[in-house]
Amino acid sequence: MGIAETYTRGRQFAVARPGSVLLALVGIILLYDLLSGLATGQTSFSSVGSLVWDGLMRGLVIGLAGIGLSMTYSILNFANFAHGDFITAGAFSGWATTYLVAGLGRADVGALLLVGAGGSVFGGTLGIGVTGTPLAVVAGALVAGVATVVLSLGIDRLVFKPIRDEDGITLLITSVGVAFALRYLMQFVFGSSVRGTTSQPPSISLYFVDGVVRINAHDIALVVVAGGLMLAVHLLLQMTKLGKAMRAMADNEDLAQITGIPTERVVRSVWVIGGGLTGVAGYMFILWKGTLGFNDGWLLLLLIFAAVILGGIGSIYGAIVGGLAIGLTASVSVIWIPSAFARAAAFAVMIVLLLVKPEGIFSGRSTA
Amino acid sequence: MSVRDDVSARLPGGDAGLIVAVLLVIYAAYVLIGVGLGYSLRGQLNTIAVLTFYIGVFAMLALALNLHWGYTGLFNIGIVGFMAVGIYVMALVSKPLYESGGAAQVGGLGLPLVVGIIAGMVAAALLGLVIALPALRLRADYLAIVTIAMSEIVRFSFLSGELQQFQLLGERVGFGGGSGLILDFTDPLEAFFGFFGLWDAYLGFVDSFEVLVPNNPKPVVDGLVYGVVLLFFVAAFYWLLKRTGESPFGRVLKAIREDEDVANSLGKNTNRFKIKAFMLGCALMGLAGILWLMTSGAVTPNFFRPRITFFVWIALIIGGAGSNTGSVLGGAVFAALLYQGPRYLKNLVDTVLPNADAPSGFGPAIAPLISNFDPAPLFFYTIDSIRQLQLVFMGLVLIWLMHNRPEGMLGYRKETAAGIPLTAARARGTAETDGGESGGGSDE
Repeated sequence: MGIAETYTRGRQFAVARPGSVLLALVGIILLYDLLSGLATGQTSFSSVGSLVWDGLMRGLVIGLAGIGLSMTYSILNFANFAHGDFITAGAFSGWATTYLVAGLGRADVGALLLVGAGGSVFGGTLGIGVTGTPLAVVAGALVAGVATVVLSLGIDRLVFKPIRDEDGITLLITSVGVAFALRYLMQFVFGSSVRGTTSQPPSISLYFVDGVVRINAHDIALVVVAGGLMLAVHLLLQMTKLGKAMRAMADNEDLAQITGIPTERVVRSVWVIGGGLTGVAGYMFILWKGTLGFNDGWLLLLLIFAAVILGGIGSIYGAIVGGLAIGLTASVSVIWIPSAFARAAAFAVMIVLLLVKPEGIFSGRSTA
Repeated sequence: MSVRDDVSARLPGGDAGLIVAVLLVIYAAYVLIGVGLGYSLRGQLNTIAVLTFYIGVFAMLALALNLHWGYTGLFNIGIVGFMAVGIYVMALVSKPLYESGGAAQVGGLGLPLVVGIIAGMVAAALLGLVIALPALRLRADYLAIVTIAMSEIVRFSFLSGELQQFQLLGERVGFGGGSGLILDFTDPLEAFFGFFGLWDAYLGFVDSFEVLVPNNPKPVVDGLVYGVVLLFFVAAFYWLLKRTGESPFGRVLKAIREDEDVANSLGKNTNRFKIKAFMLGCALMGLAGILWLMTSGAVTPNFFRPRITFFVWIALIIGGAGSNTGSVLGGAVFAALLYQGPRYLKNLVDTVLPNADAPSGFGPAIAPLISNFDPAPLFFYTIDSIRQLQLVFMGLVLIWLMHNRPEGMLGYRKETAAGIPLTAARARGTAETDGGESGGGSDE
């Protein structure tokens, strides 16, 4: 094990995977830039800390919403472009419930159910927040999950089931149609205005080297809900027969069917689990973000795709890790590049990783 | 499919005849409705000009997409990105030099329009190359996500303040950022006729319309003439893609679409074919973007949202992927029924019921229906929000098509791979055996 041998191996790696080497170089340069900025005091530790925390929160939303997409992608074999609008649908149904529970008797029922369309009711005036109206928030999150399950099962029955055996591209194009119909139907009903949904949540300031990082109650709520749900999905898929059946189906659907796995029932379970997580993710996204518009889910969708592909399609850990990576990229990249390009940076990371490692970080495992 | 093939075979002129027939039916329907409502001639001509414009742009975009998806099987959903690059680069090159005090915040390089158009097409093709080089190795659905991500990156870039204005070759140029870019180059029609020295003749031609359209006929005539120019471009696209599709190059593309491995094993470097086809399609999309926007006076990045990409996809799927004739028909049907149709319907209802006040939101619209079964407010709200609902309708049409007619009107017709016509009727009297040259002639 001499120096020459190490050198030869290093050279072989560089020749075999030039992309990885280049990527590592770029990473080192960026890290050097960040460290020198921190050392000279141009960048403060606390601002980096705040960006990282923001990125982690964004990543949790993306990861939670990405699990459902990853499951349908691996088991039904298509990229579901309607997923973003499932998120929006979950958000609207959940927030209508929250407004109703929090504002019943204080405002017109119709205005509450339309989530204050046209500025008729404001979330801030109702004092909505996880500390102010905990019951309304819990009810909203539950309804968001249930409503999205019902919606995704209904759409599967009407739209996707009749063409289940078609190829992925046919299903993808169909899902674009579903996305259009859903999104603009929601715009028709709820209006196109972006409304504020929450009052200012209480927050604590953590001391961090040279400043403070603010963490508010909605961040905590997001961590608890997303963490809990991710753990629950992990246990469900690892411990139960359903999880095993899903893995079998993701691997080879025909083989799964002839070994007696009721594939249609598994598909329904996928929509139930995926839809529920998606709806709750949509609700928590709005709670964390504090504003709601009919385009929110669609705008998030491309980031979710990036996360799912980054993590490896079908892998739930991949979706979570990919979500965190994409969320962090979108938030932290503003240290180096203008903020207008933050979202572009997240896409660029996805494109680059697709080229370097097209099978994703958690490759080779499906739905586990 | 055979029924439709028969229809196209029985019409005089074959495919071209079919396109002309469909266009005539569409125009006749619009004119008849207009006459029934008593529109003025000016309004009628305007409607026709706008309709022609959208038929033209959607047909061009569908044709370009057909080269990607129908011929080569490349799932490109970043069409708006190439359109945006086309028009922005064209504006950068062709806008007049910056002068302080003018309406425009930034200038351009002040080169002729033709140079700008070519530069825009080249830029779109180069962007296509940048995407294609790495991404073509990927699965179809990955390419889809990469292209749509690219189109969003393009939009964010043009939105950003950094590219709002910068120095290029010592001139103050830029893309205008979120507030948009004023396209203050020479009027394209003026440049076009001026190039042939016919501008004065054209102005005389416009004046002769005073008889039909009193008071300033120029905008109306301009619109109509620009529509005709677009239709010429459609014909040029059609001819180019037909020639491409029937050439040996096109046969390799179709082989790639059917089975890339087979094409590869026959010694074709499929990656190079795919990259060339992708770049050609991207350049055509850039040109379509230029033609769409260069008469609009200004351009903003948020025009280039992914929905326009999906409009083109719907047009192509209606017409049928894999068929150039189908692409043109799809573009025409999409523009007439799904894109302009609902807006025309709204105008129609506004004419019939001129004093109806639409409620401002869904709440006030639905409340009377629940409380005293009065559906009128909901109806007026529906008509008023037709621009959103037409997108719902497009989504439903797309779902219906994928369920019932995924091949569209004319998709994936059997195309003979031979260079010479094989049917008895056409073969008679055709003695050429030079291959690939005479096959396309009969339809043009």
